[in-house]
Amino acid sequence: MSPDILNTIEVILNGLMTGVMYSLVALGFVLIFKASGIFNYAQGVMALFAALTLVGFQTGQIPFAHLINDMFGTHYHNWGVGFNNFIAIVLTILVMILFAWLVERLVLKHLVNQEPIILFMATIGLAFFMEGLGDLMWGANIKTLDVGIPSGGSFWWEDVTRTWASAGSEYYGMYIDVLDVWAAAIAVLLVVILTLFSQYTKTGRALRAVADDHQAALTVGISLRTIWVIVWSIAGMVALVAGIMWGSKSGVQFSLSLIALKALPVLILGGFTSIPGAIVGGLIIGVGEKLFEFWIGPLVGGATENWFAYVLALFFLMFRPQGLFGERIIERV
Amino acid sequence: MFYRESGDFKTSYVQDQQIFPIALDRVFVGIVIAFAFLVVPFLIDDYWEKSVLLPVLIWSLAAIGLNILTGYCGQVSLGTGGFMAVGAYASYKITTAFPELNMFIVVLLSGGVTSLVGIVFGLPSLRIKGFYLAVATLASQFFLVWLFNKVPWFYNYSASGQISAPERLVFGVAISGPNAPPWATYLFCLTFVVVFALIAKNLTRGRYGRSWMAIRDMDIAAEIIGVAPLKTKLSAFSVSSFYIGIAGALFFLVYLGAVEPTEAFGIDKSFLVLFMIIIGGLGSILGSFIGAAFMFLMPVLIKNVFVGGFGWSTDIVAHLIFMIVGGLIMFFLIVEPHGLAQLWRVTKEKLRLWPFPH
Repeated sequence: MSPDILNTIEVILNGLMTGVMYSLVALGFVLIFKASGIFNYAQGVMALFAALTLVGFQTGQIPFAHLINDMFGTHYHNWGVGFNNFIAIVLTILVMILFAWLVERLVLKHLVNQEPIILFMATIGLAFFMEGLGDLMWGANIKTLDVGIPSGGSFWWEDVTRTWASAGSEYYGMYIDVLDVWAAAIAVLLVVILTLFSQYTKTGRALRAVADDHQAALTVGISLRTIWVIVWSIAGMVALVAGIMWGSKSGVQFSLSLIALKALPVLILGGFTSIPGAIVGGLIIGVGEKLFEFWIGPLVGGATENWFAYVLALFFLMFRPQGLFGERIIERV
Repeated sequence: MFYRESGDFKTSYVQDQQIFPIALDRVFVGIVIAFAFLVVPFLIDDYWEKSVLLPVLIWSLAAIGLNILTGYCGQVSLGTGGFMAVGAYASYKITTAFPELNMFIVVLLSGGVTSLVGIVFGLPSLRIKGFYLAVATLASQFFLVWLFNKVPWFYNYSASGQISAPERLVFGVAISGPNAPPWATYLFCLTFVVVFALIAKNLTRGRYGRSWMAIRDMDIAAEIIGVAPLKTKLSAFSVSSFYIGIAGALFFLVYLGAVEPTEAFGIDKSFLVLFMIIIGGLGSILGSFIGAAFMFLMPVLIKNVFVGGFGWSTDIVAHLIFMIVGGLIMFFLIVEPHGLAQLWRVTKEKLRLWPFPH
């Protein structure tokens, strides 16, 4: 094969990997949207918050250290001991469950029966609140996150692909980050677990019932509020997974919350109500933006990744307003 | 006591259609406008101009623009920052190409350009609704900002990639550039804000405003009773972008002076304006003013109190502001989804009935 084709394949592969990352965030969106009809803008910030909390537990940071120091003139920063990975992750999951419970208690409960757009804006408020809270609790500096997932380029893959190149051509193999491969594997695992959970457990069935019809679910005795707490907790865990992946890749920092914006076109493409849609949408966006940048980018000055996903989603919507796998939109007066 | 309607009898259609049917209201608004035009220019200094009055005026104008689209016509847009950038760059291109052109005309023309861009990006709204539209408008936000970064023609091939406002005179007084006196820039902005707030108020009371609201409340029903969705939605997009474009032009020419698109017109500005109209009140011109003032001045106040008063470090206060803003938005949506303007309406109603509420 000529190096050009190999380069294109490399771009596509990397696009797929990025797409998996987008899908991870989009997955959280879909879960909450299906169960409560809420478009949760805060999903990206939840990933950031979860990652920050995880790092905080790992390194044994004192929450609100900066605030306390500023208020009382003290200089505490660290407990001195951190937790090991497993305990830190469990603790973070507990924090996310607590968070879900609080959100239901303090915000969602009061907003039942409001228009979807009001709920959407409330989650934007929530996103701002959590962003401030996360930074205030754990500090705003960029943190490295390491939970033992291997990273770095794969030499094996580089060697294999080098043999594919036609003889005599200058080609040094493809670069693929092992971390990305792990992320893909974990994403697949996550989807399998979620599917099994929603198909075979009692709670999972209740979740699907609520997603189908709120009122019918209420009449057969499913507590909507409990379901909401459960769904937000699950979304919190998905956010944690996304946060770990993105955090190990590029450090835990503010820009992590911006991937929420990237997840929006993914959702549009896949449809808000479909888990496979979130995955496929993520892959399409990931590959699309990488290929566009590779082929068209140099002609127009680069950095097209900033907007390509949105424009693609826009054109897509013109032809299929409900997304690839979304439920048909039926409008009644 | 206040706001008595007894004595205010409407005997003609003109009286029935007044913007402020209550005499006290009319007098009060008259006094405020007269004060703003006749007294403030003599009191204003550099600090008040740059940190309070100009930004509040300009953000109010942008908020009115977004309110027309989101509050009145029900189309949520996250592209405000992008449209402000269009206004800013249009005014820059126009005023550097025709240096002799009157600044009022320059600003109006840049509003017109933005309005055309708004129509183009509004076209999808005919097929896309709700969240889907909100995401689609993100395309305009990111694409436009990218465009102004990457195409050198827009910034006249300047080395820094920035645009900076040249000095321009109105009636012999500079209103842009470093030598512009505070009162001149203030009056320039105030004129636009007052005139266009009045126009917006009248637009929303008239045929167009009513068809916008019909589309907002239920688009299919509106279509059935004969409101043309194409005309209505696109007119909302074009008027809204016109206002936002003017705000962008003023923001660049008069307030900032030099602009780098990613920083000045980023997605955070889109959210800021959206928050202004949520907190101020969706579908209310008064609300746009209150919201803009509140959202802009509250962080300044908090900062002054905590940094100046308690001596906390600035980054901590910045995070605190994030929390407070987010918390307030949720609070308002829960307690009063119609924003501060609704509180004012309720107060007014109470005052009218006082002291016999039943």
